[in-house]
Amino acid sequence: MIPELGHFALILALAVALVQGTLPLVGAARGDARLMALGSAAALTQALLVVVAFAALTQAYVTSDFSVANVVANSHSAKPLVYKISGVWGNHEGSMLLWALILSVFGAAVALFGANLPDTLRARVLAIQALIGVGFLAFLLFTSNPFERLSPASADGNGLNPLLQDPGLAFHPPLLYLGYVGLSVTYAFAIAALLEGRVDPAWARWVRPWTLAAWCFLTLGIALGSWWAYYILGWGGFWFWDPVENASLMPWLAGTALLHSAIVVEKRDALKSWTVLLAILAFSLSLLGTFLVRSGVLTSVHAFAQDPARGLYILAFLLTVTGGGLALYAWRAPKLTSSGLFQPISREGALILNNLLLCTLAATVLLGTLYPLFLDLLTGNKVSVGPPFFNATFVPICAPLFAALCVGPFLGWKRAELWPALQQLRIAFFVAVVAAIVAAVAIDSRSTLAAVAFGFGVWLIVGSLVEFAGRLRLGRAPWADSLRRLRATPRAAIGMTISHAALGFVVLGAVATGAWHLEVIQTLKPGEKTRIAGYDVALVRVDNVQGPNYLAERATLAVTTDGRPFTILQPERRLFTVQRRQVAETAIHTNGLRDLYATLGEGDRNTGWVIRLYLNPLAPWIWLGAALCAFGGFVSLSDRRLRIGAPSRRPAVQVAE
Amino acid sequence: MSRRLLFLLPLATLALMAGFFAWSLMAGRDPASIGSVMVGRPAPRLDLRALRDGDKPLTDALLRTGKPTIVNFFASWCTPCLAEHPLFTRLAQRDGAVIVGIAWKNKPEEARAWLAKLGDPFLYAGQDFDGRTGLDWGLSGVPETYLIDGNGIVRFHFRGPITEKDVRNTILPFLKGGKP
Repeated sequence: MIPELGHFALILALAVALVQGTLPLVGAARGDARLMALGSAAALTQALLVVVAFAALTQAYVTSDFSVANVVANSHSAKPLVYKISGVWGNHEGSMLLWALILSVFGAAVALFGANLPDTLRARVLAIQALIGVGFLAFLLFTSNPFERLSPASADGNGLNPLLQDPGLAFHPPLLYLGYVGLSVTYAFAIAALLEGRVDPAWARWVRPWTLAAWCFLTLGIALGSWWAYYILGWGGFWFWDPVENASLMPWLAGTALLHSAIVVEKRDALKSWTVLLAILAFSLSLLGTFLVRSGVLTSVHAFAQDPARGLYILAFLLTVTGGGLALYAWRAPKLTSSGLFQPISREGALILNNLLLCTLAATVLLGTLYPLFLDLLTGNKVSVGPPFFNATFVPICAPLFAALCVGPFLGWKRAELWPALQQLRIAFFVAVVAAIVAAVAIDSRSTLAAVAFGFGVWLIVGSLVEFAGRLRLGRAPWADSLRRLRATPRAAIGMTISHAALGFVVLGAVATGAWHLEVIQTLKPGEKTRIAGYDVALVRVDNVQGPNYLAERATLAVTTDGRPFTILQPERRLFTVQRRQVAETAIHTNGLRDLYATLGEGDRNTGWVIRLYLNPLAPWIWLGAALCAFGGFVSLSDRRLRIGAPSRRPAVQVAE
Repeated sequence: MSRRLLFLLPLATLALMAGFFAWSLMAGRDPASIGSVMVGRPAPRLDLRALRDGDKPLTDALLRTGKPTIVNFFASWCTPCLAEHPLFTRLAQRDGAVIVGIAWKNKPEEARAWLAKLGDPFLYAGQDFDGRTGLDWGLSGVPETYLIDGNGIVRFHFRGPITEKDVRNTILPFLKGGKP
């Protein structure tokens, strides 16, 4: 009964979305206030209905209702509760329902908090948001119904994909979707602005918090995914340039660019058509990621149910959303005019440089991701584009981006001098150069590039702190004065400093782990030992372990330093017989500054087992830095100026109509 | 006018990409397949010492008997081989399949002990201790399984362990009537 209620609620939601996607548009075009007002009511109703549908599916999972085909395919009665719940979105149908849920809830949020938006803009935004919802709801109902019944009911389920039964991955999809779907709101705002024919600072003040929130969630989602790859795939790395990783990185890069260009629209009334284009592209890249994962055109570690019919639907949807948006852009954007003029050396100029570099990065990732597909289709050659390509393209483009990142905040709007800005940064420059030299001499004299990159990481941290110190006049004014300035500093500025410095930590972690990790691969028999960086690692024994749905070998490694016991590491190698999958369960000991990481490879009692040991310096900083980066975003989001519904402090730029 | 074209550029790029995506969906290719150069060609040379004492050596003649034959490369140290083993046992006992087992990079006494413990589904069993035959056959590891038709032509090549689904959808139809 409850699954049918969910199904019914989903059908009603589609009907409501159709109304919400059409009538308010007509209302906005005709100036009919009643039709426009319909949008808000419909958005709330739609959200309520999708919440009911999602709750119904969750109920089926939690109570293990094995008359629902989706539950049978992805759950098992003996699974812990948390994986029963995460199983709701751990499959194609459920994850699409989660997407629809977040989409409709965001729509409702625009309706609830958008009272101070101009009526026509709000009506149009809600309508566009609903049209995207129509696409997802129809997709669910016509190709991927999560409520399909199974007759006769199954006695038990098939269980969740073993790789997904992991706490890190349980919350990776919801965070990522919050990011992807958050970008749908900025998309809706961009389309509505094109329909309105006007983009003004008030518009940007609305777009920026949504972009910022989406960006924060996307950052957390990507970091969680990368952390998962680090400890589950057992290759010691943290980013593999896998097509699906790239698919989430591209909207992040575009979203980061959008975040910065929206500032220019808000403060200086310039870069309008560019910002609108970025808003369209950021959401389109999110959809592209969904398409690539689910259609099966590319292979990756993310084996989603792949079905050409679904692939064609998503492609058609992607084309409608992106194509429709870009066509409207080609038609309307040339009319958008900017009032703000500025010199190349200025805050605006720095932000444009930031945008150019970020978009080049996104384009590089896109090219690297799709190149194998293009080549396969055109010539039949199978190639894989891997880390060498990205190291040769992505990394060098980061250098000017990082170099300019610290300088930008020192430049004034409209027109600025470069030299005074650089002079204020000379301490940061000095510290960074010293760090690079120390890295080159003391840590690794072979890799100059890594030392330079390390210097960039230090530059980002110190440069951001110097800017913040200068803002407070720390050391140059009395303490009380600095404290007063700190209280008066807008949260957006504090958030910027945190996020920029956090990026430095990510860079330091990535460089240290990538370039200076130690690796020992050795075949050990029980009783034998090896050494890595001052740690003696002895293989005590290897046991055969029978898991609920896998066979595993579990090694027990005793780690000692100078004869004193240090820790025990127990890596496993699991074979899931049904899925034909081997999963490495790594063992990691971390102290915040370095990870000692062990995996178990092939082997047997006579020849010994292949044991891989890694010492990854600063590896935890990668994810701590990313989390801090997102935290900076949240701090900025709490800024009074961006708080939804807060009265504008600058009435001069309020919409004059 | 050129300014207008500039604003059309994103749309044109999208159209180009969409064409590629549609094409790749229609072409029905399997992006996961790394392919096999063996399929459709005569089975490579087979000239191996027998695994079991007293058996005759394995030769090419075994693959040209007019009957479809399964060739399976395995090793006692390989866990996925353990997973697929019961399927071969059933294919031999219930379906009367002719299966040639080749112990790849495996000490003969260990392979013999493994088969003694789990049951021996192989009509013919050979040993490829140095892995040279595996090289000729384009092996990337074990287990791998080849389906050879009566004229000695390779028709299928499975990389990794075979599954129930492979048996049902590919191997059984192949054994019954040449091409599934």
